[in-house]
Amino acid sequence: MIDLGKYAGTVLAAYGVSAVLLIGLIWQSVAANARARKALEKQEKNG
Amino acid sequence: MLALLKRDLVLATRAGGGFGLGVAFFLILCALVPFGVGPQTEALRPIAPGILWVGALLACLLSLDRIFALDHEDGSLDLLATAPLPLEGGVAVKALAHWLTTSLPLIVAAPVFGLLLHLPGKAVPWLIISLLVGTPALSVLGAFGAAITVGLRRGGLLLSLLVLPLYIPTLIFGTEIVRRGMEGGDPITPMLFLAGISAAVVALVPFAAAAALRVNLR
Amino acid sequence: MSIWKYANPVKFMRSSGAILPWVVAGAGLCTIGGVLWGFLTPQDYKQGSTVKIVFLHVPAAMMAINIWVMMLVASLIWLVRRHHVSALAAKAAAPVGAIMTLIALATGAIWGQPMWGSWWEWDPRLTSFLILFLFYVGYIALWSAIDDADSAADLTGVLCLVGSVFALLSRYAVLFWNQGLHQGASLSVAPGERMSAVYRYPLYLSMLGFLLLFVALVLIRTRTEIRRRRLIALQAKEARA
Repeated sequence: MIDLGKYAGTVLAAYGVSAVLLIGLIWQSVAANARARKALEKQEKNG
Repeated sequence: MLALLKRDLVLATRAGGGFGLGVAFFLILCALVPFGVGPQTEALRPIAPGILWVGALLACLLSLDRIFALDHEDGSLDLLATAPLPLEGGVAVKALAHWLTTSLPLIVAAPVFGLLLHLPGKAVPWLIISLLVGTPALSVLGAFGAAITVGLRRGGLLLSLLVLPLYIPTLIFGTEIVRRGMEGGDPITPMLFLAGISAAVVALVPFAAAAALRVNLR
Repeated sequence: MSIWKYANPVKFMRSSGAILPWVVAGAGLCTIGGVLWGFLTPQDYKQGSTVKIVFLHVPAAMMAINIWVMMLVASLIWLVRRHHVSALAAKAAAPVGAIMTLIALATGAIWGQPMWGSWWEWDPRLTSFLILFLFYVGYIALWSAIDDADSAADLTGVLCLVGSVFALLSRYAVLFWNQGLHQGASLSVAPGERMSAVYRYPLYLSMLGFLLLFVALVLIRTRTEIRRRRLIALQAKEARA
């Protein structure tokens, strides 16, 4: 592990917040897409 | 056009609501602030220009949804859209009516409420001038926001969310004029900026508002 | 419900489906690579290890602005040419832009705390980003408030146009209002003002990564929107039959 000095908390917090936000956004996008695709496939099979 | 203006003014005064309500709200806001920050002159005076401008802005916001909502409900907005008068002109007239019924009373009341906040006397002319120059932009931008949200059920809250960010430049230059007037700085520079913004908004935004109205009336 | 009759969305689905895996791979590679590389750079003599935040802060801030510009262009294309995919792309981009703005603000606040001694300063750049965030929120709220898809696209398009002018205006008004603490542009072309190469190359890589990430997310989200529209169209057809 590399030495972050006295600002370790700051740096890790910044990376952590960004990671949470980005992963949340990616997860939401992918999940919504999968949901839309499944719903569409179901509709196309029925109709 | 004059007939439309007259009709809007009569409706606004007769309905009783919007006319006094804005000023009353403004008064309450100015009365609440000292409870929040304390009654000391030295605490109130520096923030007085900001409070007065933010108060005027919020009071202006209150009656915005009335610009088009009532006319939309009873169908007179459709008549306005099909009238020989260009819709852009109609929007401008309705914004003017809003300004006359809401902003003008606020401008008259602002110096009095300034006393409550210990606004120094030499800042009062600048307060009146800055409001006179700035509020037309507020009314026209408000008409734009009202035009966008006219058909919506939950329009009111969304309207504030859309319109308030658009008010930021006007607010910045408006308070800056009063603050500089109060501290003996140079209020002319922000005044020119504010006048420029106001003129551009009054000239151009009615087109955007009319475009939004046409979409909503489709 | 004529949207699906146009060849455009179909073609878009096909071509975006073909390039999506490549974009996703590139985005993952460049973002993770750039940020990790940045994380491993040596400490700055003045700012210590906090300089590593730049590899998140600057790309996010860059994308926050560029996404709004992309939304403006897409809205204009929709208003002038009526390509549905364009309107949907603008809609798809807005949440990504809002999150990017939020990342720029959050990392900035976390960085500012030890450097300036406060989480928040009413500095022109910070304030402008806050205003930009408000515009994103208003734009997204307007999209979700209107039921009719074409009206929503029109109205948000007009809002985006007016909002762009006012976002720019606010930028200069804020500059007039308060001169700030924030440093100037991080990437300057003038020699002597450049960041040292140790920081510059990982920064370029992570900027490229964020850009690709944005493209990938917009493609995915636009595809979602198209599928939703098609679903609604099919359901309406079924209801009529």
